[in-house]
Amino acid sequence: MFPLAEKDKSIARLLFSTGTCPRCIFRFCGVDFHAPYRLPYKDLLRELENFLKTEDDDLSLEAAKPPLKKIRLQDEETQIDDQSQNGGEMIAIVKDENVIPEKPYLNACNICLGILQEFCEKKFIKKVCQKVESSGYEFTNLVFSVSFPPQLSVREHAAWLLVKQEMGKQGLSLGRDDIVQLKEAYKWISHPLFSEELGVPVDGKSLFEVSVIFAHPETDEDCHFLSTSCPDCFKPAKNKQSVFTRMAVVKALDKIKDDDFRKKFPCPPNLPKAFCSAVEIQCAHGAVFVAGRYNKYSRNLPQTPWIIDGERKLESSVEELISSQLLTVFKAESFNFSSSGREDVDVRTLGNGRPFAVELVNPRRVQFTSQDIKELQQKINISSDKIQVRDLQLVTREAIGHMKEGEEEKTKTYSALVWTDKAIQKKDIEFLDDLKDLQINQKTPLRVLHRRPLAIRVRIIHTMETHYIDEHHFRLHLKTQAGTYIKEFVHGDFGRTKPNIGSLMNGTADILELDVESVDVDWPPALDN
Amino acid sequence: MQAQFIDLRKRDKKESGRIKEKYLLGDVKGKPCEDHCILQHSNRICVITLAESHPLLQNGKTIKSINYQISANCSRLQNKVSGKFKRGAQFLTELAPLCRISCSDGEEYTVSSCVRGRLMEVNENILDKPSILQEKPSTEGYIAVVLPKFEESKSITEGLLTQKEYEEIVVKRVNNRPETS
Repeated sequence: MFPLAEKDKSIARLLFSTGTCPRCIFRFCGVDFHAPYRLPYKDLLRELENFLKTEDDDLSLEAAKPPLKKIRLQDEETQIDDQSQNGGEMIAIVKDENVIPEKPYLNACNICLGILQEFCEKKFIKKVCQKVESSGYEFTNLVFSVSFPPQLSVREHAAWLLVKQEMGKQGLSLGRDDIVQLKEAYKWISHPLFSEELGVPVDGKSLFEVSVIFAHPETDEDCHFLSTSCPDCFKPAKNKQSVFTRMAVVKALDKIKDDDFRKKFPCPPNLPKAFCSAVEIQCAHGAVFVAGRYNKYSRNLPQTPWIIDGERKLESSVEELISSQLLTVFKAESFNFSSSGREDVDVRTLGNGRPFAVELVNPRRVQFTSQDIKELQQKINISSDKIQVRDLQLVTREAIGHMKEGEEEKTKTYSALVWTDKAIQKKDIEFLDDLKDLQINQKTPLRVLHRRPLAIRVRIIHTMETHYIDEHHFRLHLKTQAGTYIKEFVHGDFGRTKPNIGSLMNGTADILELDVESVDVDWPPALDN
Repeated sequence: MQAQFIDLRKRDKKESGRIKEKYLLGDVKGKPCEDHCILQHSNRICVITLAESHPLLQNGKTIKSINYQISANCSRLQNKVSGKFKRGAQFLTELAPLCRISCSDGEEYTVSSCVRGRLMEVNENILDKPSILQEKPSTEGYIAVVLPKFEESKSITEGLLTQKEYEEIVVKRVNNRPETS
């Protein structure tokens, strides 16, 4: 059923005569239910023309004519004769109003520039869906985001002022909220079409985003007058991008006074010579996160790739050995590896391992059963003996917080092989077992001072346990506060960590080997590995 | 004892040979034998220490006091460094004095920076207990820590002597010393 009533006639007639498309007319008449917008354009145009016909046919004919004349006058360059494409069409209409134009989108709407004409109809949506399907993403729902050229806001504003004035003549008011937003109407029409074509629902929370960007360079200058009226809304642009962003334009339109606007911009908006074009159709999937715990069995493996001046100093890295497999299987663009603290190149990570999380950016594959993940874990473990992973699982972005919390708050336990300069007996080291919650002050170790601020860190060594080996060696197990530099606690770092094992034993000590025995974070949840 | 000590130095500066020892002879500054030893880490940080041949480390010397106030306006103790980029640090040239050390026999020695760069810290532990300087000159008895500019990381120690070159010269000095009667 046609959604416009008698009361809407004057507005509809006014807008139609300026070159506004049926759907935009609906919007300005406050048609806020979806069904009418979803009818095919051809039908809407015909029904609108019927609606606008009065008993006095001639009158309505005259009302229908002006836009066509306007085009002729405006476009001096095209031949004003039957041969021009436009001309041919126009004559067809003028002769017989009942003929449905062959090319229904004769003119670009002066408000939406074609967005609510061809760009919300099946043909275009199909084109977008083809691109989506060929991109190879796996998805069970999607969110559709669309971006319109800023000048649409300017035209909308102009139309609103026009309609507001017209309604004022009838003693009615028109607020901005009474008008259906362009984007809303566009989504009412496009969402069901997407769902139908791709077979999945549209969901605002979906991680899979299909985005379309429209542009209309011809009317870029529609926005320029705003920079003189509201200069403070427009900040200098970075990277040659236009300073007339949608946000800045909307802000300026809010500020500018009605009569100031009308002086600088035509009300109603003039007819454009061309339609918008879709300059970008893209899809991307939001990041997915894989977490687990890793063990490190090599004393020659850095956490991250070690490259100086383009030259790789050590083969591979913890993050690459774990993430490269994930990158491949998830078909992601890139990854970000993070862990709950880390160890040096020459330190092993034993016990339950260290929690880590890998962010897979823009993955094309996202459907994985727990069996799939188990197999992936096995694959990683077979690929290298330097690292092993456990408890591999998909997690949410929020869960990453648990891991970082672990880095700063949770305790760690270590095992160190200590060398002493003085010859020692068992009894010489027993006292260390009795030291509980020993407070130490550590200046930033020299070995990291080039990239960390100089500071003193107070840390607690909670417990220690010694195992005598021989006159110059013993094994030291310790449980410490997060963020303690163990090596420096053993050798003293030029006396800049106090007390240290050497000072406690009134001698000199050095560390020959270090292992992380446990990282006391209970995340991610343990699985039956 | 000496041999073990050197061994230890090599070991605890370890991280598999990440620290290099370079030497600057006092002769360069007209102060024969007041040799300095610069320990440079592979991350370019330099620790300024006294070389074994320095008079202060010879038998019989007692340190009376160590003074980081090197001029009316400048005390190394007031050095303040902030942030990752170590802003606010006193900038040192090769000849910049770090501290003045007085001995009980009246002799006074000036320890120099030997390298250009930002002063990170001077060793305050030796203020309380100067003997540490003599007991452990290349570990707890260090004088200062200097961070050279990234571009100058390698060049600042290029002109200095390697351990081998230094040892040869020290041997020559001993041989050339006139016999005291």
